[in-house]
Amino acid sequence: MNLNIFIQHFINALSLGSLYGLVAVGYTMVYGILRLINFAHGDIFMLGAYFVYFATIVYKLPWAVGVIIAIILTTICGLLVDRIAYKPLREAPRISALISAIGVSFFIENFAVVVFTGMPRPVVQPKILMEPIIINGDIRLIPLGILVPVVAFILVAGLLWLLYCTKPGLAMRAISFDIETTRMMGVSVNKIIALAFGLGSALAAVAGIMWALRYPRVEPFMGMTPGIKAFIAAVFGGIGSVPGAMIGGLILGFVEIMSVAFFPTLSGYKDAFAFMLLIMILLFKPTGLLGERLEDKI
Amino acid sequence: MSESMLRIKNLNVSYGAIHAVRDVSMEINRGEIVTLIGANGAGKSSVIRAIMGLVKAHADEMIFTSPRDNKEVSLLGKPAEAHVKLGISLSPEGRRILPQLTVEENLALGAYIRDDAKGIAEDIEYVYSLFPRLKERHRQKGSTLSGGEQQMLAVARALMSRPDLLMLDEPSLGLAPILVDEVFEIIRTINSQGKTILLVEQNAFAALKAAHRAYVLEVGSVGLSGTGSELLNNPKVRAAYLGG
Repeated sequence: MNLNIFIQHFINALSLGSLYGLVAVGYTMVYGILRLINFAHGDIFMLGAYFVYFATIVYKLPWAVGVIIAIILTTICGLLVDRIAYKPLREAPRISALISAIGVSFFIENFAVVVFTGMPRPVVQPKILMEPIIINGDIRLIPLGILVPVVAFILVAGLLWLLYCTKPGLAMRAISFDIETTRMMGVSVNKIIALAFGLGSALAAVAGIMWALRYPRVEPFMGMTPGIKAFIAAVFGGIGSVPGAMIGGLILGFVEIMSVAFFPTLSGYKDAFAFMLLIMILLFKPTGLLGERLEDKI
Repeated sequence: MSESMLRIKNLNVSYGAIHAVRDVSMEINRGEIVTLIGANGAGKSSVIRAIMGLVKAHADEMIFTSPRDNKEVSLLGKPAEAHVKLGISLSPEGRRILPQLTVEENLALGAYIRDDAKGIAEDIEYVYSLFPRLKERHRQKGSTLSGGEQQMLAVARALMSRPDLLMLDEPSLGLAPILVDEVFEIIRTINSQGKTILLVEQNAFAALKAAHRAYVLEVGSVGLSGTGSELLNNPKVRAAYLGG
């Protein structure tokens, strides 16, 4: 493999990995706070992509406007999921919320099949993001491939700033250790939890939109596989840790792309690598790369 | 007659079938240190948690009168976060320091309801003057502090919301005797600077010495009440809680 092809794979891996990372951040934030695996997160990702499809293809809105509307609508959906499916179960045993999460996931997917039909739909690919740039003779890069990691890194940096430099961020970190103590400091816990869901859903929307641009289509089950892989990325990076989720996503992206790049015969096993990674980390470092030992909440 | 800050009539707390607090009535006046003593499991923490709104409570009345505006507010049914805004704060049993946050962040969390950056900075200096050890360790994570330092941080954090009523649940639990004296000394200092304090303690002797008035809880109800020195000399109290 020559260097130019390697660079192309590298950018590709960076791009895929940062999409996993963006979705993984949403899993990790909700898990950190509620110890809940939000199975519906991948479906929120799917909704983000669908909203862009509706805004740009069905309602013919300009692309940028469509993206903004899609992010807002997806965020609202994420907040509704929390409000309807999880908030009533805050005091219930954790397994109840988990079952509720599985239910919400099935509900959104099948609701999408009924309303949007199961047929894949096309997505508008703005020309400016798709015109290949040729560098150094034969490196073909599409601007989207570079835009994806740049957007992802900016968003995650913004999220880290929010977590470590603002009051709601402090409250969010505090809640993840001890909800009751945080409440007695005057924090409205439900608002902070809603903030976590809202932020996670907005990031998932961005990821879903960029995903739809890469593969240019949307369909009701498009969130399942990326959702599961992003979850693996979150566990790999250390669930509860935002930088960990991003790093986990990148590693997963690199493993997937590079394994196929170096061993093309294994391309059929691409998805198996993700699960292998999950099994390995659970065997050798169950807390994940950057994870802290989380005590079960009483 | 001094002004009432907290008035409780017939407080009841139940956990499922367990009736932990039975018809407890008590009053805390402005400027006092009131202590609630009793054996393990007598319901002391339940009373304080009910006042803070952390457990479901039933009572004929639970009225807080804020010295800020002299308005009477019923605390029943209000969530804990609302209590902080009214001027009540709690240093909980077991300290409950947030282990991964630094000392400074723990204090900032205590001041969560406030927006006056300047006032908060002043209060941080104030709690550092009470607990100089915390200043030395202000960038350290909560989990790296010793038990005594964590206790200091819990009290300091509870002060950061500028409460009118400061509630301390077992501040001496698990501390070395020399630290126990120090903690009670600081409680008296805080009180002399104008804070009203409700102190829940197993260390009855130290609590009674520090307090103006006291209530003795016996399996969920108030058995005795009186001034700190009365109870210190009460033969029943001496026999039961002070080792004869």
